[in-house]
Amino acid sequence: MDAIPADRHFVDPAPFVPEGGSEGLAGSASAWRLILRKFLRHRFAVASAVALIALYATVPFVELLAPYGQARRNGDFLYAPPQGVHLFHEGRFIGPFVYPYRAHLDLDTFRRDYKIDTAAPQPLRFLCRGDGYDWLGLVHTDLHLVCPPENGTLFVLGTDKLGRDLFSRLIYGARISLTIGLVGVAISFTLGLFFGGIAGYFGGIVDAGVQRLIEVVRSLPELPLWLALSAALPPNWSPLLIFFGITVILGLLDWPGLARAVRGKLLALREEDFVQAAELMGASPARVIGRHLIPNFMSHLIASATLSIPTMILGETALSFLGLGLRPPVTSWGVLLNEAQNLAAVQLYPWLLIPVLPVLVTVLAFNFLGDGLRDAADPYH
Amino acid sequence: MIAVILRRILTMAATLLVISALVFIIIKLPPGDYLTNRIMELRATGDASSVAKAELLITQYGLDRPVWQQYLMWIGVMPGSVGFSGLLQGDWGWSFEYDKPVADVVGDALWLTLLINLTAVVFVHLVAIPAAIYSATHRNTFGDAVVTLLGYVGLAVPGFLLALILLFYANRWFGLSIGGLYDSALTNQPWTWEKIRSLLGHLIVPTLVIGLGGTAAMIRRMRANLLDELAKPYTVTARAKGLPPVKALLKYPFRMSLNPFVADIGNLLPHLVSGSVLVSLVLSLPTVGPLLLDALRSQDQFMAGFILMFVASLTLVGMLISDLTLVWLDPRIRMGLR
Repeated sequence: MDAIPADRHFVDPAPFVPEGGSEGLAGSASAWRLILRKFLRHRFAVASAVALIALYATVPFVELLAPYGQARRNGDFLYAPPQGVHLFHEGRFIGPFVYPYRAHLDLDTFRRDYKIDTAAPQPLRFLCRGDGYDWLGLVHTDLHLVCPPENGTLFVLGTDKLGRDLFSRLIYGARISLTIGLVGVAISFTLGLFFGGIAGYFGGIVDAGVQRLIEVVRSLPELPLWLALSAALPPNWSPLLIFFGITVILGLLDWPGLARAVRGKLLALREEDFVQAAELMGASPARVIGRHLIPNFMSHLIASATLSIPTMILGETALSFLGLGLRPPVTSWGVLLNEAQNLAAVQLYPWLLIPVLPVLVTVLAFNFLGDGLRDAADPYH
Repeated sequence: MIAVILRRILTMAATLLVISALVFIIIKLPPGDYLTNRIMELRATGDASSVAKAELLITQYGLDRPVWQQYLMWIGVMPGSVGFSGLLQGDWGWSFEYDKPVADVVGDALWLTLLINLTAVVFVHLVAIPAAIYSATHRNTFGDAVVTLLGYVGLAVPGFLLALILLFYANRWFGLSIGGLYDSALTNQPWTWEKIRSLLGHLIVPTLVIGLGGTAAMIRRMRANLLDELAKPYTVTARAKGLPPVKALLKYPFRMSLNPFVADIGNLLPHLVSGSVLVSLVLSLPTVGPLLLDALRSQDQFMAGFILMFVASLTLVGMLISDLTLVWLDPRIRMGLR
């Protein structure tokens, strides 16, 4: 034991450096570093961030991940219930496999009955050939991560009324539903920065005008307006154009909250000396706002933008659910839920409601992430 | 005080005017209109008398005039073929689809919309305030975690789906009947005790669904506000000098935390109205929601325009009330000092 003698004090043998060596102190790290550090302490938010990154990472690879193509119909398996993936057959491990269905039409109820035949397990195939697709519109291929067994089916979450595999459609839907939130927020972010920026910087009559505009937009109930605007989209537009139209509509009504925040901050910040210095050096208003003012509270803006993504996703879901949003063949979570709109679905084919789970997970994750970001946004607090 | 109220009412009128212009532009956006579509349809079937009637309606409502004139006629500041007759004169226009005045078509739906939204507001407050107080005073306990979790779930579940599922299970487990606002047998009956009871039973699921999202948001905000206030020195002083716990909570910190809460009604209302439209569609409640969707689909312009104006004014009046309550509650706000 290397005890320090009682008459002497402990002295760190390392050389004394006035500025360095204090990595852990707030004075030396950059603001973004501090934000990151504070954010990492928020466990829910970090977990949500990881989950969201994983979700978004699937977006470019949907065709690869989905066992079936988006429009593939399996006419013999309408409304088939979910087919479990098993690992053990009669107590023996034989890798992932499914038991095949035996379908027959019940002539009393006119429903299809599916019996599971546990005698003959069908092993799944991996990295295999399936329905062809153009990856990113560039490469034509038919590679899939997992395929149904030879002469078998793989309906992990069941099928819909046309016999399309719900699991594959869910993966395709993720691409649309996840992007729509991001694009919508980008639009509302731009609008919010612009209107909030000019209102806070110029003040006076511009401010008054923007304030009135904000008041008008904020007092409109979102959904009726979304309905009206989506009804105004020409019916002869292609599904892709409709997609962009809906995104713009969602973004168009969301900016006032952000604009108010920007305006409030700018009103206080524009009195600072560094703004006057920039102006005296001949910086244009756009440069002062964009280069000197906005970066001061960018972290707050990002946090509040994150919190408004769920609204967009839920908005798209609601519109599509009502049949005024995206239209087939574009598949989104809302479009999928549209098919579960009646009580018969809830009672007879409850698996059609499964698309609500990814909506729930995504919305919750964005909420947690946004909360974490908001708490971390001001690291000096 | 009176000056503040007057100024607020004037701003509200101006806002309504802008909204009416916006609404008119939006309903005019889709190409074509109900009557021209109808005339083409009728021509194809060779129904000459109906064509003549539709053309008469076109001239009567000035649909052949420039759009800005149509707008001015619609709000009632420019004379149409029958003199001044628009929203300002209390004439809500003609529903081409139902071939009746809009007022006759919407009728009861207006009151039911109002009723459902009011019930939802009351529900939100009745649930959110106690839950938030409990959650803030029992911070980091199991109960707090449950409330917070329920709040998050309430934020994340799409209302329409919840409506569908609740409807199904409310019927299966509790025998609450499905859809509508009262038993179909009572539709044309006078308002008796039995009908009122049936109405209340049918209101449970819609209120729950409409209110849930708003309740979740309110609990979160109120809890944060109350926690802020509870950490302030004056609360500590109040406790230290021996004020009874309930009084030390309700008299000062609670009242302070109510301010942002009341101000929030302005945010809450558009959401509730939106929610009620969506939920009415799923539960087929006879509110303005389903009527609006139909009118938008068939381009029944006066009908759609009136309903949009109605929901917008509903939110504006709600916001006015919330602002006035705030003035009454917080002396600092008087004289427009914000």
